[in-house]
Amino acid sequence: MQPSVLILGIGNVLWADEGFGVRCVERLAARWSFGPGVTVLDGGTQGLYLLPFLEAADRLIVFDAVDYGLPPGTMKIVEDEAVPAFMGAKKMSLHQTGFQDVIATAQLMGYCPEHLLLIGCQPEELEDYGGGLRDVVAAQIDPAIEVALARLRDWGVEMRPGVSDATYLADPSIRQDAYEAGRPSADVACRVGDARFFPGEG
Amino acid sequence: MTVTPNGFDLDNTGRRIVVDPVTRIEGHMRCEVNVDEQGVIRNAVSTGTMWRGLEVILKGRDPRDAWAFTERICGVCTGTHALTSVRAVEDALGITIPDNANSIRNIMQLNLEIHDHVVHFYHLHALDWVNPINALRADPKATSELQQAVSPSHPLSSPGYFRDVQNRLKKFVESGQLGLFKNGYWDNPAYLLPPEADLMATTHYLEALDLQKEIVKVHTIFGGKNPHPNWLVGGVPCPINVHSTGAVGAINMERLNMVSSIIDMCNEFNRNVYLPDVIAIGGFYKGWLHGGGLSGKSVMAYGDFPENPNDFTPANLHLPRGAIINGNLNEVHEVDVRDPEQIQEFVDHSWYRYGEAGKGLHPWDGETQANYELGPNAKGTRTNIEQIDEAAKYSWIKAPRWRGHAMEVGPLARYVVGYAQGHEDIRNQVDGLLRALDAPFEAIFSTLGRTAARALESEYCGRLQKHFFDKLVQNIKNGDESTANIAKWDPSTWPKEAKGVGMTEAPRGALGHWIKIKDGRIENYQCVVPTTWNGSPRDTAGNIGAFEASLMNTPMERPDEPVEILRTLHSFDPCLACSTHVMSEEGAELTTVKVR
Repeated sequence: MQPSVLILGIGNVLWADEGFGVRCVERLAARWSFGPGVTVLDGGTQGLYLLPFLEAADRLIVFDAVDYGLPPGTMKIVEDEAVPAFMGAKKMSLHQTGFQDVIATAQLMGYCPEHLLLIGCQPEELEDYGGGLRDVVAAQIDPAIEVALARLRDWGVEMRPGVSDATYLADPSIRQDAYEAGRPSADVACRVGDARFFPGEG
Repeated sequence: MTVTPNGFDLDNTGRRIVVDPVTRIEGHMRCEVNVDEQGVIRNAVSTGTMWRGLEVILKGRDPRDAWAFTERICGVCTGTHALTSVRAVEDALGITIPDNANSIRNIMQLNLEIHDHVVHFYHLHALDWVNPINALRADPKATSELQQAVSPSHPLSSPGYFRDVQNRLKKFVESGQLGLFKNGYWDNPAYLLPPEADLMATTHYLEALDLQKEIVKVHTIFGGKNPHPNWLVGGVPCPINVHSTGAVGAINMERLNMVSSIIDMCNEFNRNVYLPDVIAIGGFYKGWLHGGGLSGKSVMAYGDFPENPNDFTPANLHLPRGAIINGNLNEVHEVDVRDPEQIQEFVDHSWYRYGEAGKGLHPWDGETQANYELGPNAKGTRTNIEQIDEAAKYSWIKAPRWRGHAMEVGPLARYVVGYAQGHEDIRNQVDGLLRALDAPFEAIFSTLGRTAARALESEYCGRLQKHFFDKLVQNIKNGDESTANIAKWDPSTWPKEAKGVGMTEAPRGALGHWIKIKDGRIENYQCVVPTTWNGSPRDTAGNIGAFEASLMNTPMERPDEPVEILRTLHSFDPCLACSTHVMSEEGAELTTVKVR
């Protein structure tokens, strides 16, 4: 029997390279069709809302922008126990349910998938609200998808070129092309953020 | 010492304590207080450290798509922003929605309200009151007796059940892999529960996790998917076909039955677990009635849950609308979100610039020009602030005011307004709670009151959910399967220029989106979110905001362990973190306390 697999992209598409994970699943779903038991999901920045999907999955592949302090655009692949399982109990920002928390909670409840594969990419720019992926990060979407496909093949998942079910993907109006093409110009849309968070200044 | 117009004595001469969760990416809120020699908070400064101008990224986009963008600004209330957005567009373009769409939207929003309140209480706020390490010392038999005393009809109450949970917790804590209980101030005397109550509440933390993942399925049924359900200007995007021969994904009897059983599940949990827990925990904390802040002075609600579609007048709303100022509960003022004299945003203490200094602007006229500068008395650098200068600009949050007053919004604000208006359900609930706690009316103006109001509201929302479900089913039985009005879908039917406003009561308070449309495109879009009201900095006149007010005069057991500060700020369910989500390698600690 085919394992039940969740392919999840997380991050916030509104914050430039933070959208990497979501854009990966979008492109994957636009090019590949999978056998039964495979769910392709845009998880956004949602935390606990993702638990039902984790519960239903035996294996999990996550695409995400990951800050490992590496050069921008570097891919980082982490598996199983090494996927951070950390739960901060004292956050002031309550809804910052990081994915670590989701994994930790799933483990606590006994419904964490048995295999985890995190395909991360080091972001170049996050403090560009309303912006899209930087070139160096966008260039990693295809290689990231290749990593996922190789793993899916190892797991014996059926796949062929085609299109996946888009039920759990973003609304077409905020998919990569429409989102990036429809951005207002810098004249009308001020792009500066909080100076304390500018990379390279802290 | 300064006395603010809204009645607080500020003294910033004592020791300054900074609670700052800032890391490079995930910092969103910072709080600084001054404590006197007895450890009592005498000055409070709340800073929003993240800039998010949704306004500027929507310019030029299709108004019918705005909901999909607004859904992404928050990590929790996706649906609430989307609903507010479609309401704003419908208001601008004069689009009415069918009765079924009103019922379905209400059910979705009520469901989200319950989900958010339950998750907030058990998973985001409980550890401010409950000590899970202490739970390991509990006697399972005594816990079972406590459970049966506080909630006789809850089936999970045997000594064996609590022993199992306790063992599971023990294993988890001992394994050391989980940070869940890490970094807590578990020996702080601010924790008041006996071990048995701690074990009972920690057990319900687990039960609530199971519940929450079931109840969100309502969003998948009506919104096509979760976590980002689909919305539609003019109605809801799910067709109804109870004969089940129509479109795939249509609402049929099987799906309606599923919704019905989820609603029952919510009601059972509220009655058997959530409310009894709040009363049980409240009983141990009713001597700790700090944190009231503005709740006994100035509160505001926009109201929500229209009984009939397209009618947002107060008499048609199940949650109340109104404003109370200066603690006068005998007079509830009508709130008109379109009136340029009523809601205005000030930026004298915010890192923005208006054309005219000292002026307040209505959201329709709002300007968003960033202006990041620190005051002369700030310590540190622009990129590493050690201490804020609250006499100057000090926050990325604007200061919205209602007729010049700083207001608290949220469940407690809604309940105070409803109580003052004589809302029957709200009165009965509040009176019942106070009787159960043997506490006077004034007790609700507190951190505990804020937390309890959320539980009462969850229970009320559960009943309303049932009401709108029955209404939906009855309407379908009567032959009405309409869920959307697409008569004005095409932009060629729109006026050249239009403006509108959408309002909801989000779980954490009054939420408004103001939109201007020109030539079929978004000309201007402003959101005033609940945390903008509650987390607002000082205004031109010197009024402090709701977070700041709530911390005033609270004694701290140990000033370098901010249990009391976190407890009170968390009771607002603050939502500043509507954005980024990047993993750091160590999962570094997010809250740092610096004592200066």
